[in-house]
Amino acid sequence: MIGTGILKGMAVTARNFVGSYFDKERLITVQYPEERTPLPENYRNFPILIYDNDPQAGLRCVACKICEKECPPQCIYIVKSDDKKPDYMGKPQFYPKVFDIDISVCMSCQICVEVCPFEAIKMDKDFELSKRERFDSLLLRREQLSKSNEYYHKIHPVEAAAVDKNLADAAAAAEAKKKAAAEAAAKVAAAKATAAKTTPVPPAAGSSASTSEASS
Amino acid sequence: MNMTTETIEAMERPPVTMASRLEGELLEVSMGPQHPSTHGVFRMNVALEGEIVRKLKPVFGYLHRNHEQIGEHTSYLGSMPYTDRLDYFCSMSNNWAYALSVEKLAGIEVPERAEYLRVILAELTRLQNHASLLGFLLSDMGAWGTPLMYAFREREKILDLFESLSGSRMMCDYMRFGGCRLDASDEWLARAKQIVDRFPEFLDEFEELILGNEIVIGRTQNVGKISAELAINSGITGPMVRASGVNYDIRKVDGYGFYRRFKFRIPLGEHGDTYDRLMMRALEMHESVSILQQAFAQIQPGPVLNPKVKVRAFRPPVGEAYGRIEAPKGELGFYLISDGSPNPYRYRVRPPSFINLTILEDMCLGHTVADVMVILGSVDIVMGEVDR
Ligand code: SF4
Ligand code: SF4
Repeated sequence: MIGTGILKGMAVTARNFVGSYFDKERLITVQYPEERTPLPENYRNFPILIYDNDPQAGLRCVACKICEKECPPQCIYIVKSDDKKPDYMGKPQFYPKVFDIDISVCMSCQICVEVCPFEAIKMDKDFELSKRERFDSLLLRREQLSKSNEYYHKIHPVEAAAVDKNLADAAAAAEAKKKAAAEAAAKVAAAKATAAKTTPVPPAAGSSASTSEASS
Repeated sequence: MNMTTETIEAMERPPVTMASRLEGELLEVSMGPQHPSTHGVFRMNVALEGEIVRKLKPVFGYLHRNHEQIGEHTSYLGSMPYTDRLDYFCSMSNNWAYALSVEKLAGIEVPERAEYLRVILAELTRLQNHASLLGFLLSDMGAWGTPLMYAFREREKILDLFESLSGSRMMCDYMRFGGCRLDASDEWLARAKQIVDRFPEFLDEFEELILGNEIVIGRTQNVGKISAELAINSGITGPMVRASGVNYDIRKVDGYGFYRRFKFRIPLGEHGDTYDRLMMRALEMHESVSILQQAFAQIQPGPVLNPKVKVRAFRPPVGEAYGRIEAPKGELGFYLISDGSPNPYRYRVRPPSFINLTILEDMCLGHTVADVMVILGSVDIVMGEVDR
């Protein structure tokens, strides 16, 4: 009979309408500024730079410019420092004198995070970023981009714990390597000392020992 | 009305004679979905005789972003996030098509779990694409809001899944050459399974809402027919060609990914009209649900990314490759030529909705203006992909 299809459809809408008062599944919207749905762990928005302890000295970024090169829309701008400062392992490294990201160009692709070998750049979760000024207020400078490791732990707890573990492992491995190298060097030196007493040192052996020490 | 003299000439106004003046002159109207939030920015120059369409010329290009040229100037990995922006409803399947062609080019193996994840994500994409398409189509017919909102309610659940897996709802940028960027946790799979298990409930409700509706039937049956011959000759793919009764689905033809491991049927239409195209989407969703359930049962733990693939300075060997998948809208392919440098020498996209749109005129001739919107809706276009 003509009209039954329409009536059936209307029954569906009526069921949904009435159901939305009782059934939580049918009422899925929230009143946004007051109520918020929690963001998932993996949510990403724009990049931030991570520092340990001190926002100036603790920046993990070593200004290697890999992210600047790989960023598809080319929205990162880095100027390398002239001097070096010690990084988290105590090794002297360059640091970015200028580090700008134009987040009006950034497309949140996370490629900078993937290519960074130093766990220095991560994705933020802050999405309420509208600005009143028209021009460069969406061009974020190094100071605005720098966020502490604690903040990173707050927004991505699982990922940050994994990163911390990797860094600690790397540091421990480097420490162990240094120790082993020092021991080897001490052994070589001792051998050299005993050898020097008896016969003249062959120059090749001595130089290879010292190069391996320097490179480690 | 905004017509250039050129387009008017192109429409070959018939010589005005006494008889045609009596019957009425052709009236040229420039129409089309022109708001970015509808189907996109698109224009049709239609010549009308009364209400009947006598000529139709689609005008593309308002959303052109130079996608292919950009692809030739960024690294292979750098193009991956751009592919999200092609068909912005289905970023996961766009990622897959691009990853597939680069994997072909460089001969990269994909781990088993990653293949399963890709199938799961591509089928979830199909579910949400078809669900929202049905909503849009109804809204083109004048059923403002209600069906679209019901469809979006379901789509939202799937987008939440994408968000918690990849970090973004629509611009997922999730797949990588040789696998996927991140692994899906067991909770994620359980949640996805729960949503998929409840999806048929929504489908039944939605079908009850629209498919028996006399107005829908009246407006879609025998409207915009495509014969099987025309469908094959014009190169259209996807649900469009299957609605005309042509059994062509790349999931079966190529068996890419692990599709050979799943049992599923290909729904085929008979008449090639708008109603069949609408039904194709509804039936395909049932098949997708069945593929998803098989995939959830078969997926095993394991690595998701081939560790041999370099993230930085990825250079495939010299050669060329064409990788294609059955995207929700049809055959989506990427043709790449590598000269051994970090950028492709040529990067070409074969977008399904662009090619499906080429037979718009054949479908619309002889129908009324109001039908044109319905026919256009049943093609399932996304201008991001048509114009690139
Ligand atoms: S953020 Fe990482 S990749 Fe970018 S310059 Fe700093 S250390 Fe290098
Ligand atoms: S997220 Fe992507 S676009 Fe944004 S700065 Fe990083 S690499 Fe560039």
